[in-house]
Amino acid sequence: MARKISMKQAINEALDQEMTRDPSVIVLGEDIVGGAGGDGERDAWGGVLGVTKGLYAKHGDRLMDTPLSESAYVGAAIGAAACGMRPVAELMFIDFMGVCFDQIYNQAAKFKYMFGGKAQTPVVIRAMVGAGFRAAAQHSQMLTPLFTHIPGLKVVCPSTPYDTKGLLIQSIRDNDPVIFCEHKNLYGFEGEVPEASYTIPFGEANIVREGKHASIVTYGLTVHRALEAAVTLAKEGIEVEIVDLRTLSPLDMDTVLESVQKTGHLVCVDEAHPRCNIAADISAQVVQQAFGALKGPIQMVSAPHCPVPFSPVLEDLFIPSGAQIAAAVKRTLAWGKH
Amino acid sequence: MAASITPVIMPKWGLEMREGTIAAWLVDEGARIAVGTPILDVETDKISNAVEAPDPGLLRRKVAQEGETLPVKALLGVLAEPEVGDAEIDAFIAAYEVPAASEDGDEGPALYQWVEVDGLRVRYARRGPDSGVPVLFLHGFGGDLGNWLFNLDAMAEHAPAIALDLPGHGQSDVRLPGTTLAELAGFVARFLAAIDVECAHLVGHSMGGAIGAQLALDQPGLVASLALVNSAGLGDEINADYINGFVRSASRRDLKPAVELLFADPSLVSRALLDDLLKYKRLDGVTELLEALSASLFAGGRQAQSPGRGLEGKDVPVLVVWGAEDRVIPAAHAKNAPAGATVEVLGGAGHMSMMERANEFNSLLRRHVMAR
Amino acid sequence: MPASPFPLGKNELLQVYRTMRTIREFEDRLHVDFSRGDIPGFVHLYAGEEASAAGIMVHLGHGDRIASTHRGHGHCIAKGVDVMEMMKEIYGKKGGSCHGKGGSMHIADLSKGMMGANGILGAGAPLACGAALAAKFRGKNEVAISFVGDGASNQGTFLESLNLAAVWNLPAIFVVENNGYAESTSRDYGVAVDSYVDRAAGFGLPGITVDGTDFFAVYEAAGEIIRRAREGGGPALLECKMVRFHGHFEGDAQTYRGAGELDDIRANQDCLRKFSAAVTGDGLISAAELKSIDTEVLKLIEEAVKEAKAAPLPTAADLTTDVYISY
Repeated sequence: MARKISMKQAINEALDQEMTRDPSVIVLGEDIVGGAGGDGERDAWGGVLGVTKGLYAKHGDRLMDTPLSESAYVGAAIGAAACGMRPVAELMFIDFMGVCFDQIYNQAAKFKYMFGGKAQTPVVIRAMVGAGFRAAAQHSQMLTPLFTHIPGLKVVCPSTPYDTKGLLIQSIRDNDPVIFCEHKNLYGFEGEVPEASYTIPFGEANIVREGKHASIVTYGLTVHRALEAAVTLAKEGIEVEIVDLRTLSPLDMDTVLESVQKTGHLVCVDEAHPRCNIAADISAQVVQQAFGALKGPIQMVSAPHCPVPFSPVLEDLFIPSGAQIAAAVKRTLAWGKH
Repeated sequence: MAASITPVIMPKWGLEMREGTIAAWLVDEGARIAVGTPILDVETDKISNAVEAPDPGLLRRKVAQEGETLPVKALLGVLAEPEVGDAEIDAFIAAYEVPAASEDGDEGPALYQWVEVDGLRVRYARRGPDSGVPVLFLHGFGGDLGNWLFNLDAMAEHAPAIALDLPGHGQSDVRLPGTTLAELAGFVARFLAAIDVECAHLVGHSMGGAIGAQLALDQPGLVASLALVNSAGLGDEINADYINGFVRSASRRDLKPAVELLFADPSLVSRALLDDLLKYKRLDGVTELLEALSASLFAGGRQAQSPGRGLEGKDVPVLVVWGAEDRVIPAAHAKNAPAGATVEVLGGAGHMSMMERANEFNSLLRRHVMAR
Repeated sequence: MPASPFPLGKNELLQVYRTMRTIREFEDRLHVDFSRGDIPGFVHLYAGEEASAAGIMVHLGHGDRIASTHRGHGHCIAKGVDVMEMMKEIYGKKGGSCHGKGGSMHIADLSKGMMGANGILGAGAPLACGAALAAKFRGKNEVAISFVGDGASNQGTFLESLNLAAVWNLPAIFVVENNGYAESTSRDYGVAVDSYVDRAAGFGLPGITVDGTDFFAVYEAAGEIIRRAREGGGPALLECKMVRFHGHFEGDAQTYRGAGELDDIRANQDCLRKFSAAVTGDGLISAAELKSIDTEVLKLIEEAVKEAKAAPLPTAADLTTDVYISY
């Protein structure tokens, strides 16, 4: 199709193209340019992992480095959005949401509703999520459930560079507050991405692999773990279907239910902790809406109920693996059989 | 010596096909088959098709199993006369090596090339020999050069084969040089000039056929012959439900019924096909562009112009091919072909006859082009 | 007609009086109706603080934004939010400023630059920074004002916003409405510094402290820092020392007050009485003119209550609307 770029480059390209197209798009965050106020290089970092590098040269002061004060600058992004701009604020790690969550869940999320429909808050909050970077407990969480829970927020978590660019462009053009989750471990992952601008609608899951024996529903990094499981299972003649949710709110339950109707077996995989996570949410919805289609108990595969450990050997056990996913598929297929 | 052993190998359909899955064997070991008999059904993620016998012979061995996925040029089966012993066939099979799959860039010329025409960047593909009058394939409304995936390489065995993404389609720039057939035909002429082609056989599908016919009228010196496939420009009717459904559908669910109208067998519409179409339609500006184009050419289910009917009495050799079950442009329009044209209406095919009856189509086209 | 010795002309003074009187009567009426059980939820009344809202808002247009507190009725009225819609909102009715979905603590009117009363103390400060940032990009010399109380002046959001506004030189003004109490806790207990000017200086902003019960003092100080901000001079802090006549919320028995404190502030710290005395004392305006405004305002409030009580309630169909623009 088109040339291959990394997820990181896809994010950069989406921001670049939208900033070019729409002067009301501004980008704020800590060190998103880098070198502010010092004697050295400006654009020293372009973001802590270089995602926004090069944008300052093209768009200048529409990229704004912020002081270390999430409440203030995430809130400022929200306030500016309420006043007609389209800010993209970077929360460097989603783990930092604690220091600014009020602005997100009590302010931005609720303006439209609390003000009787008479408000619009088109803010995007980008944040790195996920484990595997050896960044330890406070820089590695998958806190998607906390945001998905809040009415008024939209939550996006792509797994490929193609989806990343289209969904970020969609997020910037969307008029509601969007939490855009970027898995730090997928930043280097490459895929085909058109050079032109394009969008992907929210609430549309992607079937990454078709199969007839079992459905695996997941998002983010674990989509790739599910693909690994699919290869192993195929050798045993088990063909799994993989549904990549792409957006958690709004959620495409129709595609999930269609898949379950087809296969009768469901495994929900989630890198978030097990209590009240997306896997639990989907499992309960499927039981309520498609109980008759199920031929075995739904399996939930998630990270364990513990903070993300530092030691690499432990962290590797933390993230759901292809082997764990394959085992879960076999468990539900084996139900009722001996 | 493997004198009379003929391998049946995995074909390459389209520029990007890397592998295919055996859906079903259509004949048994020991069957005698004629050239062109379909012997296997193969599925790729894009589409399904039948592999035909390359030569007459006896099917001695099925090498590929149903359900197996194998790379392009992999050995699928072996034809050999009864005199050839089983041991020789075993040896042939064991020694057979799939030619190293060429990765991007290794295959000699690049898969696709780019040229700028009037400031508009156009993607095209060129296959086949360097000399000879080229055959230019023109896709239809909302399509791209991939529509010719079963036809390009087949033609390239005999003549240079070129297919482009028209402006606003495929990966060409999302801009139009105008919305009338004359403007589009003029653009195609300037494309040919930009790639140093002075004269070409034109093969046009649907809207592409109308463009080809228009070009034959406007610049006859450019056009060696014309093949019109399920073509616009030969009558008034066109299925507005298809056009509107195609242009306005924003989701896979909405798009599927529209795209199913293209084929006699709706099960040919795979998920991958729909995903590719959606990816194209989601590019900035495409929907608006398609709306403008359809408003100009097909408003209200009526074709605005009929260049095909204007070919009457012109010098250019014309082939008209249609699928009998075309639900987009009625097969009855084939009757409006100019006197002296070769007209073939293929059973069991719909609007995409060049895909649905690829082998027959390729033969018809080859005969039409090579007769000049 | 004598020329006005005040910084405002006669008509403007009458308008200011009307604004303050409207706030007073609106709040006092709510106090009565709440105690009768007519009003659901929480209300936090601004009576006694009118001079702050009026003295500041008179300098602002619709393009200037304000972010308010839980005690937001006064800010709303002074910013031009419709009184009838406000009353309906407080009664939870359709046709309210927020169609009954927000209530007293969340009344907003973005078309008038009122970014909402806020149930989270201090949350408005970052929002005002954002409004100021947008104003900078718009380039029309507009400003944004964040109101906080003495209690919320301790919130991290407020302090971070002071820094952010200073670092980015935003046209943001931070108004600390110091009425001496954070709910039941005295300012002296909760705030380590005596002067907010010192706190501002600590963050690199200039600050002014004024008597918030003196309209003209507020007017002058606000005018100066707003003008400075419009001209690109950056953010500043204004402390208005004031009193609130009612409890933190309606239903608050106010036992944390000293003996006779309430009587004393009503007798001696009433900003409306001070204003009336000042403008009539000079002969510029007559007591009768003020009285006639009082009568009109009472009529307006009566109308507002009547309409609010008669207005339709939202229905079950309204429950889940307007969560998103599109979903």
